[in-house]
Amino acid sequence: MLYLQVLINGLVLGGLYACIAVGFSLVWGVLNVINILHGSFVILGSYVAYFAYVHLGIHPFYSIILAGAVLFALGYALQLGLINRVVGAPVLTTLVLTFGLDLLLNNAMLVAFSADYRSIQLANPLGRMDLGEVTLPLDRVASMLFALGLTGLLYLLLGRSRIGRAIVAVRMDREAAALMGVRVRRVYAITFGVGAMMAGAAGSLLALIFPISPLNSSEFLGIAFVVCVMGGLGSITGAMIGGLALGVIESFAALFIGPEHGLTIAFTLLILLLMFKPTGIMGRRGYE
Amino acid sequence: MNKKAVVSVAVVVAIIAALPVLGDNYLMRLGTMFGMYATLALSWNIIGGYAGYPSFATAAFFGLGAYTGALLQGAGVPMPLAWVAACASAALFAALLGLAILHLKGHYFAIASLIVGEVLVEVATSWRSLTGGGMGLNLPVLRMGVEAQSRLFFWSMYTLGVLALLMNWLVARSRLGFGLNCIRQNEDASAMVGINTKRYKVMAFTCSAVLVGGAGAMYASWVYYIEPPDVFDVLTSVKPIVMALLGGAGTVLGPAIGAGVFLVMEEVVWRNFLDVHSAILGILIVALIFLLPNGLLGLAIRRRKAAIVARLPTLAKRRKA
Amino acid sequence: MSDLLTLEGVSRRFGGLLAVDNVDLSVGRGEIVGLIGPNGAGKTTLVNVITGVYRPSAGTITYDGRRIDGMKTFRISRMGVARTFQTVQPFPAMTARENVMAPATFAGKSQGIAEARERAEEALEFVGLGDARDALASELTLAGRKRLELAKSLAMEPKVLLLDEVNAGLNSTEIDEALDLIRKVADSGVTIIIIEHLMKVVMSLCSRIVVLHHGGKIAEGTPDEVRNDRSVIEAYLGNRYASRSAGEASDG
Repeated sequence: MLYLQVLINGLVLGGLYACIAVGFSLVWGVLNVINILHGSFVILGSYVAYFAYVHLGIHPFYSIILAGAVLFALGYALQLGLINRVVGAPVLTTLVLTFGLDLLLNNAMLVAFSADYRSIQLANPLGRMDLGEVTLPLDRVASMLFALGLTGLLYLLLGRSRIGRAIVAVRMDREAAALMGVRVRRVYAITFGVGAMMAGAAGSLLALIFPISPLNSSEFLGIAFVVCVMGGLGSITGAMIGGLALGVIESFAALFIGPEHGLTIAFTLLILLLMFKPTGIMGRRGYE
Repeated sequence: MNKKAVVSVAVVVAIIAALPVLGDNYLMRLGTMFGMYATLALSWNIIGGYAGYPSFATAAFFGLGAYTGALLQGAGVPMPLAWVAACASAALFAALLGLAILHLKGHYFAIASLIVGEVLVEVATSWRSLTGGGMGLNLPVLRMGVEAQSRLFFWSMYTLGVLALLMNWLVARSRLGFGLNCIRQNEDASAMVGINTKRYKVMAFTCSAVLVGGAGAMYASWVYYIEPPDVFDVLTSVKPIVMALLGGAGTVLGPAIGAGVFLVMEEVVWRNFLDVHSAILGILIVALIFLLPNGLLGLAIRRRKAAIVARLPTLAKRRKA
Repeated sequence: MSDLLTLEGVSRRFGGLLAVDNVDLSVGRGEIVGLIGPNGAGKTTLVNVITGVYRPSAGTITYDGRRIDGMKTFRISRMGVARTFQTVQPFPAMTARENVMAPATFAGKSQGIAEARERAEEALEFVGLGDARDALASELTLAGRKRLELAKSLAMEPKVLLLDEVNAGLNSTEIDEALDLIRKVADSGVTIIIIEHLMKVVMSLCSRIVVLHHGGKIAEGTPDEVRNDRSVIEAYLGNRYASRSAGEASDG
């Protein structure tokens, strides 16, 4: 029964991880840009949810829309104004650029919100549900369902909508898409915006679970890395599977090895994967 | 580089070496930092500038060297020997790591090299019996006057920087440098013209680590106290890249010039805007990418290349505007 | 005559696809052998297998009396097997001379930079790029870059040269110049394997032609024999010869 409980905890965590990683994966896959800002985007989403709750009483589940909108606008503007100018430049250029932007955003958050950890204390928590010997923390489970729902929604967006198909077309073949009349630069900006939006949405869900501080951003970035490499680049189902797998692995590692080593295990796993199977557990070919 | 350039560089190197004459402790600290930054940037230049592999492993080599030096000194090994051992441990680590991850390209290599440092932080933090864990390690105090110490560390770090410059010069003139240049531009074609790409990449990665390990150990001796988040700081991986890009990656002198310029800017920012220094570093990086994509030296080199293009021969076409 | 390069039962599989299927081939010293076949017949894969880019899934490759299957690319190059790429692969930020110095330094017999530079200049002279030696590779025209590829291969002082569609994308004047150049190379004693889908080129250059189809060898012989081979006509020439012989090449 203990194992079942650990498995459930892992899946709950993993659903959120999937939501953190999916936007990062999308940007990497379509733009071939590793967005170092992603961790800070998640944190910014958490702050939006935090202040919306504290000042306006909006439940974090509803803040998803607000945080998503704010982050989409930020991401869209950054891509259109700056990053578009270096898409296609050597890897180092985009990496260093997004790193510089991350220093800027993270420092701005530190100044504006301080490094103090904050957390949301819900006035009306959903509480727990006991099923035999297994306990379900309902707020977390609801967050995870929202996270998976959002990830699924993104999947539908890419598959069904006009803009989604334009994004997929650009990912497949940029030149051909341009010839077909797709405005590539605008699609890039929307893609980056959607990636940021997913980070913001994930952030508002996480605000219920993790303490919020700009110092946490690198941890979320690290999670996005691991999930993305595990699941295979730019694939939404890959991010979903990678996220759930990472959550479960981390949960069991915490049980057997110690809770403080969760991220170390994840990183070690990542290096091993990169060494032996850089295409991810799904076996899809990436930009090797 | 022609003879005149070599002589003028040697003169500048000698002038900076005479810094202690001024007897200013603040300048000496800056000089020591310059030696360290130049070492890091010039070392990164071998793998990142010549071979074009976006390595973020500098922090891993630095931290590994710092801990190697600190542990050996703690065990009673004389300081200079501990420094040499730190160089060796970083080089060995880089060679093994290189064999494992240099088949990766682009982002995958960047991530793998970055994550290695993160794993080492965790190892250093968890292995309390050896490293003191998160509490950090104290190093034995040197029995000499404050001024003598600052001179010693300045000259040591500066020597390391000069060695790094020498290493760049030798690599640039050798088959290794030529081969790395080819690998950066087209790795498949490099194998086809007979370059043992794997061996060259591992050699470059090892070169990019050896002196960084020494710099880590010297840093540890210099500040007497190290802890994992300090010596494995991810900024230790990023700053050398910024310096090299600032001065001109893939050139011999560029990273050293970049290190100097960066140090001065960082110092000014630190003193005046402590709270927002990393934001300003961020702005500097963004400005660098857009305004100086080829670095300071890159500007000069582009001019020269443009002059060659101006008298194009038969089968060459005009550069697109 | 002892053969320089011998392939016995060479296959290469990618997942479920058999890209090269049980190919036997022997090439004698000084020969010019043409390798033809429709797009996707496995020609380039075969070149990649010979040069060590891919390991053969089955079969043996013997070169100059030594087994080379499974060897690394750079070793095979150093033994004197040179190739040009279907899509040209220069080092774009280097001058033409530096481009050619690379193989002279790493695969050729040159001792030191000065000798490599000399070899490079000879090779550039040979292919007619003598006065473009200081131009950046990225600034050459397509025909220029193709010649540069050839010069790079020659600087390796190869015994056998694999030319992968050197004429693709060239106009007919440029093709005639390229053919003269290839004959000149052959006259200097280099064995040549030339991959083409321009029939005119192979027919005029080669003493022997090997036809690949779906990865397997379907015919081999003199140009006349191949031209009249029923299976070749069915597989390949039937609808293509007429349209291709005009000299207008697609980029393949």
